[in-house]
Order: sequence, then structure tokens, then C-alpha cells
Amino acid sequence: MSARRKLSLGERLVIAAPYLWIGAFFLAPMLLVAKISVSQSVLARPPYRPIFEFSDSLADIWSKAQNFTLDSYRALVSDTLYVESYLSSLTIAAISTLITLIVAYPFALAMARAPERMRPILIGLAAAPFWTSFLIRVYAWIALLKDEGLINNALIALGVISAPLQMFATPGAVVVGIVYSYLPFMLLPLYAALERQNPSLREAAADLGASPAQVFLRVTLPLSREGIIAGALLVFIPAVGEFVIPDLLGGSETLMIGRTLWNDFFSNHDWPAASAAAIALVALLLIPLLLWERARLREEERAQ
Amino acid sequence: MSAASLWARRATLLVGFVFLYAPIVILAVMSFNASRLVSVWGGFSTKWYAALLENEQLLRSAKISLAAALTSAAIATLLGLFAAIALARFGCFRTRMLFFGAVHAPLVLPEVVLGLALLTCFVALGVGRGFVTLVIGHVTLTMCFTTVAILAAMRDCDPALEEAAMDLGATPPEAFVRVALPQIAPAVITAYLLAFTLSLDDLIIASFATGPGATTLPMRIYSQVRLGVSPQINAISTLLLALVAVALGLAALVSYWRARRNLQAVKTAAPTPNNAS
Repeated sequence: MSARRKLSLGERLVIAAPYLWIGAFFLAPMLLVAKISVSQSVLARPPYRPIFEFSDSLADIWSKAQNFTLDSYRALVSDTLYVESYLSSLTIAAISTLITLIVAYPFALAMARAPERMRPILIGLAAAPFWTSFLIRVYAWIALLKDEGLINNALIALGVISAPLQMFATPGAVVVGIVYSYLPFMLLPLYAALERQNPSLREAAADLGASPAQVFLRVTLPLSREGIIAGALLVFIPAVGEFVIPDLLGGSETLMIGRTLWNDFFSNHDWPAASAAAIALVALLLIPLLLWERARLREEERAQ
Repeated sequence: MSAASLWARRATLLVGFVFLYAPIVILAVMSFNASRLVSVWGGFSTKWYAALLENEQLLRSAKISLAAALTSAAIATLLGLFAAIALARFGCFRTRMLFFGAVHAPLVLPEVVLGLALLTCFVALGVGRGFVTLVIGHVTLTMCFTTVAILAAMRDCDPALEEAAMDLGATPPEAFVRVALPQIAPAVITAYLLAFTLSLDDLIIASFATGPGATTLPMRIYSQVRLGVSPQINAISTLLLALVAVALGLAALVSYWRARRNLQAVKTAAPTPNNAS
């Protein structure tokens, strides 16, 4: 990588547009959320007491800074609703990620081992649902999972069960929704990792006496690790903050942090609480990303 | 490969694709069900589609969604192109890390958090919420996706070609437009389509960023869906799915046709004994 350099005027103009946009509509709003999270909640519009405003004099800022409070963060830890929401978000996201991996792995393997001319068609078919509406795909499951829905009706008609199973409005329904909606995100990196593998490695292992199971466990699986990690992150991270799926498929007792945050904001108008929850959520999601980045850097160092 | 593993592979693919597509297909079939109930087939009917045409609220929302998607995708693609140029060509400029992080952050940020941040910002600035704030929200959401898509293509295209053009007297913008842009054009189009679909589909950012005058189609669908399965929603969903299916089919045809043409070009350029006659 070359040394740091100064940008020419033209280059500055190119970079200014995205930079200003990101600054005005992403970085500044995130700072504002951080600010609101340490403000007091009041019944007003907007429903928080500002810590400071940009028009304030220094003395004003100082006197208003006395209002600084960590109440919202304390509430996050002591309020069982929040603690349960975080825990159940993490649990549901982790279970869903694991199931998505188990469902996607054989699928991706079958695609990667298909005849070469078939592969573009298969990968196109696997990626196509990604382009269709997320909301509609989640909605499609309501008709399947309901008490009088198609799965229950089919099972009753086949005589497997006599009374409908309660599937809709359960945490299980949320897991099914996440697995279904995020399957392409797991499938594509897994396929990419598996397709890259050199088939002669497997043949060599088999020639040396490894059983098919051993070949899979000791050659195929370890070599696809990068795809597994990338896919797991692509499913886990959005699943933790998911709102639509728990709201449509989960019952009222299925707590997930995205939904709790939404309700706090829109129904309870408690902006400081919602802001603190948002900041904590971002911090929570940064942990797996930073761990992944560190592992990647270490790998790169080792490769050198 | 043994016959058993061949059949295992085919069965896996079959089960996988049935899982991916069955819910969508069932939804589409149910939109032609004359009965209001999910579990009863009341005969074939297109009455729910006819009802859609009279649902003016829904049609107005569809127009708003379409306009917001067209506008925000254009802005997001342009900003993404600029950001990708900066990241791929400007080397290690100062604040590159901050720029890189800020451009990619919305990718991993839960949409609820981004929506909340945008809304508090609009309220603090005293901006009335409506179509403009909706577009701003969608550009912020989709810009990271367009940047990633275009950046990948920029990395694949050799900067030496642009340098050669500049050695031959082209200004840097000329070199970019005439040498690099044609190479990354497919990625730019993909980026636009990606931003367009994401905007058209978005419920969360829209709920935070828009105002009473500009309710989007996903917001209408969502408020109906919360009340339960409705045949009209099945019908509009089927129309949206059909639109995507047609668009993807056309894209596949175009890429197939281009690949064939390239193959033909290669064959004519280097005739082999087989097709020389």
C-alpha cells in the first residue's frame, strides 16, 4: 500500500458527495441517538430533554449537562423486558443460524458438485428469492403455519394429527421465518467456498483410504470454513435486529430487541430508552464483527 | 461418481428448491382463490385483482413507492459510484478508514437503528417528514449496497488502462468515463437494480422516515397483513413477484445471449478446424 497522500481538487470533489451524505444522514444522526440516550425522558415533542443545542452558549451547555443521565442504560440492565429481549434475540438468532447452516450445507454441496453447465442456473435459482420482497416471503408463511393453515390441514387430512398443532405465533415460527428468509445469504458464500475446492484433494484422501465420511469431515468441511463463517455472520447479524419476522410470525410473548425497540419508540414514545437500546444493540453486534476481522487479520499474517 | 450419490444430490436439490419456492407458489395460487379462506378452494377467480384496481389507497401507495425507488436508486448509485472510485483509486488517503467504515456500516446496522437515527435527526432539524425524507432514508440505506457492488467491479478493472489513456492525453475524468466506465457498466446497472428493489421492499426505514402524506406500498401491505391473511394482499404480492420473475428472466436471457455472442466472436477470431468450413 502506498504512503498516505494528499488528494487533488478533482479527487476531493468526487469524495465530497458520498462523504457529506454519510456525514449528514448517518454519522450525525448516530451521534444524535447517542446524545438522546443520555437525556431525560419527558412528555413533550420531541419527548426528551436535550443535553445541549448547537446554538447554546458554553454556560448553557454546562448547566444543561447537569441533566446528563445514564438512567436509560441502567434501565436496560434492570428492566427485565430489555434483558429478556436481548437474550431471546441472541438465542433465536443463534438457533436460526445453526439450522440455516444445517439446511444450506447439503444444498450448497449439491450445487457445487452439479455438472458445470448446470451451476449458473442453479445458483440463479437459489439467489432469485433475494430479489423478491422480504415482506411478502414472510407473509407467505402465515398461510402455511396458521392453526387453520395449509400444513395443519394437510397433516389432519393425512391422519398424522387429529387437532391442529400450534405453530403460528411461537418462537419456532420465528426461527422458520428466519431460516427461510436468510437461506440465500448462507447458500451463496457456502457455494462459493465449496465450488473453489479442488476435487483432486478429495480423490487423494480417498486413495489414501479415507471413507466418504472421513473425506467430508477432514477435507471438505475444514476447507469450507471461510464460507461457513461468512454465511453465519450474514444470517446472525441481521437476525438479531430483525423486526418484521417476529412481529408477523411470533406471538406477543416472542420478544426480540428490534420489536421492543420499535414499540418503545412508536407506542411508548420513550426515545431515550429506545436510543439506549439501539446503542447497546450496535455495540453487541460489533463484537462478532471485530472478532471475525481479528481472525482474518491473523490468518493473513500467517499466510505471509 | 456413484449412482447413489448422484441421486442423493438430485434429491437434495429438489428438496431445497421446493423449500425455497413452495411458499411463494402457494401464495400465488391462493391469489386466484375465489374463497376468502386460506384453507378452502372456492374455485378460480380473478376478482381480487379487479378489487385491487379499485383500491385507490393501495394504488397511490404503489405510485409513491415506485417514485421513491426510482429516485433513491439513482442517487444511491451515483453516490456509490463516487465512493467506489475513491476507495479503489485514491490510494491510502487520510481518513480512508473512517470513510470505509462509514460507507459500509449501514450494511451490518439493524434497520431499526438506522431508522431511529434518521427520524431523530429529522425531528431535531425540524424537517417535515414526507416524500423527500423517505428518499433520503432510502438513499442512506441502499448506498452501502451500491458501493459494495461497484467497488467489486472497480477492483477487477485494471488501473493501468486508465493510466495509459492519461499518458495518451486524456484528462482523469475522460479516462474514467471512456475506459473504466464501460467495463464497470454491468455492475453499475446491477447496483441500480439492487437499490431499486431494496427501496421498493423496505418497510422499516420507510416507517421511520416518511410522513402521513407518503405511505409506501410495504407499509400498506404490512398494516393489512397484521390483521391476517387477505386475498387482496395475495393478489398484489403475486403481481410484485411476477414483476421480479419477468425482470430476472430477462436479465438471464440477456446474459445468456451476451455469453453466446462472445463465444461466437471468439470462434470467428480463432477458427478451429471444426468450424472453419
